[in-house]
Amino acid sequence: MNIILNGNNKSLQKPSSILDLLKSLELMPETVVVELNTTIIQPNSYDATQFAEGDRVEIIRFVGGG
Amino acid sequence: MFQSPDFKQLSAQIRCATSESVEQALSATRLRLHDLAALLSPAATPYLQQMAVRSSEITITRFGKTTQLYAPIYLSNYCTNRCVYCGFSADNRIKRKCLTLDEAEKEAMILHDRGFQHILLVSGEAVNAVGIEYMEAIALRLRDKFAAVSIEIQPMSTEHYHRLFLAGITAVAVYQETYNRDIYKTVHLSGKKSDYDYRLETPARVARAGMREVGIGALLGLADWRAEGLAIGHHLDWLRKQFWSTAFTISFPRMRPATGEFEPLEIVTESNLSQLIFALRLFDQDVGLIVSTREEARYRDGMLGLGPTRYSAGSCTAPGGYGNSDADAEQFSVGDHRSLEEVCTVIRSKGFDPVYKDWDCGFQTTY
Amino acid sequence: MLCIAGTEFRSRLFLGTGKFSSSTVMAKAIEASDCQMITVALRRVDLENPDDDIMKALSQREYTFLPNTSGARNADEAIRLAHIARAASGSSWLKLEVTPDPRTLLPDPVETLFATEKLVKDGFIVLPYMNADPILALKLQDAGAAAVMPLGSPIGTNQGVLTDFQVAIIIEQARVPVVVDAGIGAPSHAAYAMEMGADAVLVNTAISVAGDPVAMAAAFAKAVEAGRTAYIAGMGQKSKHASASSPESGQLSSDLGFLA
Repeated sequence: MNIILNGNNKSLQKPSSILDLLKSLELMPETVVVELNTTIIQPNSYDATQFAEGDRVEIIRFVGGG
Repeated sequence: MFQSPDFKQLSAQIRCATSESVEQALSATRLRLHDLAALLSPAATPYLQQMAVRSSEITITRFGKTTQLYAPIYLSNYCTNRCVYCGFSADNRIKRKCLTLDEAEKEAMILHDRGFQHILLVSGEAVNAVGIEYMEAIALRLRDKFAAVSIEIQPMSTEHYHRLFLAGITAVAVYQETYNRDIYKTVHLSGKKSDYDYRLETPARVARAGMREVGIGALLGLADWRAEGLAIGHHLDWLRKQFWSTAFTISFPRMRPATGEFEPLEIVTESNLSQLIFALRLFDQDVGLIVSTREEARYRDGMLGLGPTRYSAGSCTAPGGYGNSDADAEQFSVGDHRSLEEVCTVIRSKGFDPVYKDWDCGFQTTY
Repeated sequence: MLCIAGTEFRSRLFLGTGKFSSSTVMAKAIEASDCQMITVALRRVDLENPDDDIMKALSQREYTFLPNTSGARNADEAIRLAHIARAASGSSWLKLEVTPDPRTLLPDPVETLFATEKLVKDGFIVLPYMNADPILALKLQDAGAAAVMPLGSPIGTNQGVLTDFQVAIIIEQARVPVVVDAGIGAPSHAAYAMEMGADAVLVNTAISVAGDPVAMAAAFAKAVEAGRTAYIAGMGQKSKHASASSPESGQLSSDLGFLA
């Protein structure tokens, strides 16, 4: 299925949870915030939340800024 | 809630001031409370002339070469308080009168025809005579006839002040009389006015209710006038922080003979009064400073342009006194007996413009 | 001690973490500054570089993090970023930054006030970045802002406190701490802001793009301390008038001969 990840199309080879995606991206779950269709997902739901076709996902973290 | 500083500490702080601190205060662009203390101190007495110059510069820059005029109307001398210094004290045997709405309107129109556009409605504290309904009614009658109607009556609740604001009242004056708690207790024997804290919180209630202008002050002659000045400074400072869109004025009622023959506890000379006015002008460049007809004509003429921004004129302090020159039972005797025209002639001769109207209550939010 | 929203800060220098050449330099500069409050921004993770994480160099145990909403062009975007920030940091501290014009990065007063009202109601500790408008500062305080952050000059311009006249008014009227933020380009600017009575300053560009950011951070720390000490010590006022003007020099006679 296709999702939109950080503004770009991404195709998922098999049904995935948020946790699966983070692992595949080599991102530690506790270092990011995940927004699914503009709703912030709590980290304890990463494992249980499965993607659907066309989902918009934002993965955000702190960066340097003034 | 405003916490008035301990009066003795204020006096002590003032007496510690040196001529160095006075000079610093005189050259400061933004004065703080310790600068006000210095300017109120005995150390500032030799600097009175310089204070006058500085006060004049600030006043003219901020207010222009103008003097606002108003007149008081005494609605009623009924009073349930016993204040030892006041002609209207419940203890005094005077002829009590409360104007009916028609009589009050008639008095007001006399002033209107003389040229006043700003009037101050005054009364003793007796809610049966002058309560919220009466005040609302008189405000509604007068708001279309005057540019500004202020009041100086008993303290009210925020809710009542808001009703009066909607009815057309633009400003409320309420003086703490003295910020010295101990003396306050000894001069306010009974009645609601004997509650120091309720009175102290009143200016905040007025501002919270949305009134455009709040007047504060102390009755000079009850306690150390220097400490009163510093207390007024503290109060004004606090009020400005809490109510940044409200205008403020300070009045300087100075003890004069009154029925009941109360002797002032402290002597406050004209020189003291001027020092107080100049000090507060330097401390706060925007506060209105009001000098009433309690003061002599000579004094008021001399002070034009030096700090005060608003004068009453042609005043009568007895209810019904404009229409009936036989009316007695004044609250205090007047020092400047001149008519509005006479006062304005002097104002103009000094190169100043008498201002009858500074705001129009017609612009004010209404029901 | 500086106190904002019940938290005490020994240091009155806040640091931004942007524009540093590397995380290592950034961390060293922060340490040299002795600051306790640092700002961070929120951006999409760079999926090509998953390890690039500023949090590896910084600890929330040592510093209070002040996430900003930089990039937001309106209140809605800022509010959305605020919630993400809270999720990321676990705290409610927020530097509200609404900058619709990417060239000047000047803050939108209307959106900032609107967002402040909403975010305060939602339990955020809001420190709004604003132009040095005294009325706006009062309104933000009325809305519940925990501090106000007027700019000295636009972000990154290093022009100093060009808004000093208005910042002085803001300081005089403020009921909450005033943090001069943006445009502070030199330690002397920081000292100047503190001498005026500012409660703290926030510095970013001047340190991160300095030749030696670590040394510059230390210099700023000294400047902030010097300025604050001077303010407390009570500086001699500059005088715009000669004292003891003679009565003849004024247009109106200030002769007090009339006094009884």
